[in-house]
Amino acid sequence: MTYGTTVPYPSPFPGPQDSRPAGLGPARTGTEPPGADLPRLLPVHGAVPVDLRTHLSRYAAPPYFGHPGKLIPVLKAAGLTGRGGAAFPVHRKLQAVAEARTQPVVVGNGAEGEPASDKDKSLLWISPHLVLDGLQLAAEAVGSEAVALYVHRNARLQERLRAAVAERAAAGVDLAPVEIIDAPPRFLAGEESALASRISGQPAMPRFKPPRVFERGVVGRPTLVHNVETLAHMALIARYGPAWFRAAGTPEEPGSMLCTLHQADGRRDVVETELGTPLRDLLRLEGTQAVLSGGYHGAWVPAADAARMTLSNEDLKTAGAFVGAGVLVALPAGRCGIAETARVARYLALESAGQCGPCFNGLPRIAAALDEVASPRPDPRAVTDMIRWAGLVEGRGACHHPDGTTRFVRSALHVFREEIRNHSDGRCVDPAREPFLPLPADTALDATDWS
Amino acid sequence: MKRELRVDPTACSGHGLCAELLPELVTLDEWGYPIVARGPVPRSLDRHVRRAVTDCPALALKLLPTS
Amino acid sequence: MNGITQSTALWYASRATGVVSLLLLTGVVLLGVLVNRQGRLPGLPRFVVTGLHRNLSLLGVAFVAIHVITAVADPYVSIRIVAVVLPFASSYKPLWLGLGAISLDVVLALILTSLARARMSRRFWRSLHWLSYVAWVSALVHSLGSSNDLHSGVLLYLAIACALAVIAAVAWRIAHAGRQLPREERAAATLAMMSPRGGPQPPSTPRDGARRRAPENVR
Repeated sequence: MTYGTTVPYPSPFPGPQDSRPAGLGPARTGTEPPGADLPRLLPVHGAVPVDLRTHLSRYAAPPYFGHPGKLIPVLKAAGLTGRGGAAFPVHRKLQAVAEARTQPVVVGNGAEGEPASDKDKSLLWISPHLVLDGLQLAAEAVGSEAVALYVHRNARLQERLRAAVAERAAAGVDLAPVEIIDAPPRFLAGEESALASRISGQPAMPRFKPPRVFERGVVGRPTLVHNVETLAHMALIARYGPAWFRAAGTPEEPGSMLCTLHQADGRRDVVETELGTPLRDLLRLEGTQAVLSGGYHGAWVPAADAARMTLSNEDLKTAGAFVGAGVLVALPAGRCGIAETARVARYLALESAGQCGPCFNGLPRIAAALDEVASPRPDPRAVTDMIRWAGLVEGRGACHHPDGTTRFVRSALHVFREEIRNHSDGRCVDPAREPFLPLPADTALDATDWS
Repeated sequence: MKRELRVDPTACSGHGLCAELLPELVTLDEWGYPIVARGPVPRSLDRHVRRAVTDCPALALKLLPTS
Repeated sequence: MNGITQSTALWYASRATGVVSLLLLTGVVLLGVLVNRQGRLPGLPRFVVTGLHRNLSLLGVAFVAIHVITAVADPYVSIRIVAVVLPFASSYKPLWLGLGAISLDVVLALILTSLARARMSRRFWRSLHWLSYVAWVSALVHSLGSSNDLHSGVLLYLAIACALAVIAAVAWRIAHAGRQLPREERAAATLAMMSPRGGPQPPSTPRDGARRRAPENVR
């Protein structure tokens, strides 16, 4: 996987030259705020990891407020939404946990169970200190001293993060000690309640809600969970203010975000871009038949539609898709979209935690039906069965795994309907079936794979 | 206070008593798992709902305040 | 009625209600296994199994109450009231009656927790409910030791039948538990059942090669 800081294809976009419109407060640090230009989270000069000294010389120490709760109105003014996929307003989560009666727990979520997404691992590798700053600021805001960073199972990455945490502790930068916790390499490992279960010492499997983790999470305590990219944005907003943050993006969807781009030629990059960037500036759409937005719980969008859309929920919603965690895949023309979807659906079915009857019964059946549809002259009942099963699983799991999977599958049935007709006639655009969408090499086989 | 009936799918193992005791609100899917009607529980069914909740062998049926 | 006749009546009542209590408790244990295995009584809806399980346990407690009261009230043997719930506190046959007290204590705990099971964690209630087997074994041994009634005749056959029934039910339950797939393997097993023609196969080498059966409730 690459940790690229490629400026977005085909050219860097211009940003407003003046970073702060009047009337929204001064910057809170002694250093000059950078302009609104990108990149903000990733360093300008290539994928060189930023060490503590460089970080402190560039940003100074984290601007602690000295009192819980003070960060929250700043984040509200900035309009920061979660960068883990759900896009929930960040200030609301913080507010809910800050109001808790018992001592809360704060966790940075770097599990990144989505195989097509690299941005969290990249951010943690290159700019860990922005994430760790955000974690401390969030902990201060909710009055927590129990802080953890939940990290994708990668020994080198976890080792580096432990060293970074130790260095910060020695330098007195952090208010609270941070525990690095290993996340099993499961698709669902990063789900909030699965995270809470894992950190509580059980397998990383989702739980029924209510209660939500902000009420009862890790060992029954109110738990604040934020994606690591969200925390990095927090660290910068705390320094430079809401106006600076809003200088990028759109008024409804402000700021920048990290995206994992999969080009049609197989290139895979992590880039930082503004919300509202036209998709054709991110993905090379010539020779592309469809774009997958939002990862494997997202939706397919025909390339012709994608060419007219921007990276915004406002646009993507019209196609039944969403921005999510910024995964954008350009499926080349000449590939079988149904076969690719079937491969991923099989993976998603095997990633079921096996707790909920509708999920472990429905998802494998849907995957098998997709395999059938991907075969020559498929049984015509496969599509009707699949649609019936999709309706049966939606909303009936403890988590959104069934819903996300059916969204992905339904969009494929719509976008690749021509190809389905092809298969009925015994033809396929790509009989060779070279795999395109990325999947992990091994699958979960028993209980140890969930812990 | 309005309350709705919900199933904790992680606890449910498909015994199917709820569908017998509360057919107005619960049907079983083709795998034996309950499909529960959404929305607040009508007062007229209160007694049957409470019985279904108590009788579920897996304690998977829950009466929760409508969100 | 003179003292001896009264005593005899109480003594017979205690023995009779004791036998009935043992039968009811055996029935409750069998029904409990049936509930767990999602079985049915032929021709009857499922809620009858759980309902009967609960109602017979309450009926059983009623019979145990009479059994205990008549035994304590009987002047021929001296059984202190405290020995009813405190094991081995009786001067008359302390061991055998102690086992009876254990059985009663456990049954009361099970019934009280079951009445309030919505208010406690599922795991706590389940762990406690496993003690039902302790209660049954205790009751059986108490019955065999407290009097000679079950040592011959019809009652002997009854006792043997109860024991065999519970052993068979437990064996059935253990056999099923051994076959049941852990959660993490359920989706893979369903997928294996659905093998499409000519399509890519699921991973063919499970680490534990023994278990490749369908998860329960897959129809």
